[in-house]
Amino acid sequence: MTDAALPLTMSEAETRPQWQIIWRQFRRHRLAVASAILLIALSLIAIFAEQVMPYDPNATNAVYAGGRPQPPTSEHIFGTDNFGRDYFSRAIVGARVSLFVAVSAVLFQITIGVVLGAAAGYFGGWADNLLMRITDIFLSIPSFFLLLIVSGVLGGSLLTLILLIGALNWMTLARLLRAEFLSLKERDFVVAAHCIGVPGWRLVLQHLLPNALAPIIVSATLSVPYAILTESALSFLGRGVPPPDASLGTMMENAQQWLRTSWWMWVVPGSIISVIVLSFNFVGDGLRDAFDPRLRR
Amino acid sequence: MSHYLVHRLLQAIPLLIAISFLVFGIVEIAPGDAAQMYIDPDKGTDPEYIAQVRESLGLNDPVYVRYVSWLTKTFEGDFGFSFRTRRPVTFEVSERLPNTLLLGGTSLLISVVIALPIGIISALKRYSILDYLLSTLALVGISVPVFWVALLLIQAFSIQLGWLPASGMRSVREQYEGWAAVKDVAEHMILPAIVLSLAQTASWSRYQRSALLEVLGQDYIRTARAKGLHEFRVLTRHALRNALIPIVTLIGLSVPSIVTGAFITETIFSWPGMGRLGVDAINGRDYPVIMAVTMLSSLVIIIGNLLADIAYVWVDPRIRYD
Repeated sequence: MTDAALPLTMSEAETRPQWQIIWRQFRRHRLAVASAILLIALSLIAIFAEQVMPYDPNATNAVYAGGRPQPPTSEHIFGTDNFGRDYFSRAIVGARVSLFVAVSAVLFQITIGVVLGAAAGYFGGWADNLLMRITDIFLSIPSFFLLLIVSGVLGGSLLTLILLIGALNWMTLARLLRAEFLSLKERDFVVAAHCIGVPGWRLVLQHLLPNALAPIIVSATLSVPYAILTESALSFLGRGVPPPDASLGTMMENAQQWLRTSWWMWVVPGSIISVIVLSFNFVGDGLRDAFDPRLRR
Repeated sequence: MSHYLVHRLLQAIPLLIAISFLVFGIVEIAPGDAAQMYIDPDKGTDPEYIAQVRESLGLNDPVYVRYVSWLTKTFEGDFGFSFRTRRPVTFEVSERLPNTLLLGGTSLLISVVIALPIGIISALKRYSILDYLLSTLALVGISVPVFWVALLLIQAFSIQLGWLPASGMRSVREQYEGWAAVKDVAEHMILPAIVLSLAQTASWSRYQRSALLEVLGQDYIRTARAKGLHEFRVLTRHALRNALIPIVTLIGLSVPSIVTGAFITETIFSWPGMGRLGVDAINGRDYPVIMAVTMLSSLVIIIGNLLADIAYVWVDPRIRYD
């Protein structure tokens, strides 16, 4: 972003070429593009779940199931669970819950990470010291176990789950952003802006943050898979998404007792989690390469 | 170096105190306390008796008094008694800790042995089909949920093929001795060790690839080649030595994710280690064990970070801390 040194305020038109370069780079990573399309499709399915689902995910059919999960048929393409509930519809709802929890948690963690990282990098001195010590503390916590404790001992709701996953995973971004701010702060365009009397908050919002967008976006994209895996592992251990909501991890937990007899019960949710996580990782990788000028070929 | 070491060790103390504060706080707001365990059920309903028990246990003291007394005991290595088994927590931990170290150490070894060659091959054959395949596989390895891989492996190797045991650490019905006992434990360990090492293997091979690529672009590699050194010597003497530095750090920094993996893996495979102990303690609201497991895991993570820093300085003479 060497061109950022010249204009003090960039208009919409002036910033566009930068994004065009990034888009052109991103497009070359074919798996990343395919993953992005897949994720958009999945998000649309999750948002419009009610319209897409072939059955009511909570409608039981005891006669059909007879107390056992039923294998996939043309009517129930993913089979049914032991209550005769359509597993395809349940998977859609499960994916919706998983995505909702993960994306909300990441939004929360990005907010904390950006605020603390920016504050540490911008103010420096004792504030930086204090904030980085707090970051050290959080980095030394066995966060997964703490999540288990809090949801196990105190009981949890969807909201506490989101807040907790977010509150325990902001550290990497905070460190990244602090380093970014420390180096940006010394750059001529920021010093110049400071000299002509641009107030601090505008300096941060208009000069520093926009130039630190790349690590924020990459970190956000690569944090979603982590949040999904954390949530599903928690749910798998029975400590994640509380009933009546069911995430893909919860479906895995329920599937454990059918491990020997009904493969679709655990293959379906596990595959969907894997595909979602893999797609986010591909997109994150693609974005990181696209933002990195050293990798341009 | 020793100055730096002492400095870092001293930094660990406030970290541990902060974490202890957090854990104590959570347990404090959680329902139930130690009194439930000590109350004799025959006299349990008498309020005067309950008050007496609470007083003798010090539960009526102000929060900060109880916190300080718990903290001093913890630093002396006394974690109190488990609510469930009524045995000293230190006893429970000393029984489980070696098993976790065995499993964790083995999986670490597997990761290093597999990840480094994969990363090196990918870097040397950059942009080849092999590199593409290995890199994609590594990304898949990071993306699949640990517990799902565990279920897949159990399904394949224990249920379908019947080759490997799916849970526990020893065969319950047999009494093995000597080599047979070692072989028995090894058979039980194969699946959990593979599952635990998967994520590490995948992510380390990615790091190894990019670290080696970075080094191969350096001037001193060009110099070495220009001197007419054999490519193999350039690679082993000049490139790999430098490319392994970030990996050494990475191993120390991976400790938190190994700790997380241990909680999940040990639970699925019923491996009698610290992770399982922790999960069982949460299910049974066994607060002394919960606090002990948290403090010990934090300690392990802090030591991992510390080792990473020390190893970094030790392997790379360019870095000086004092």
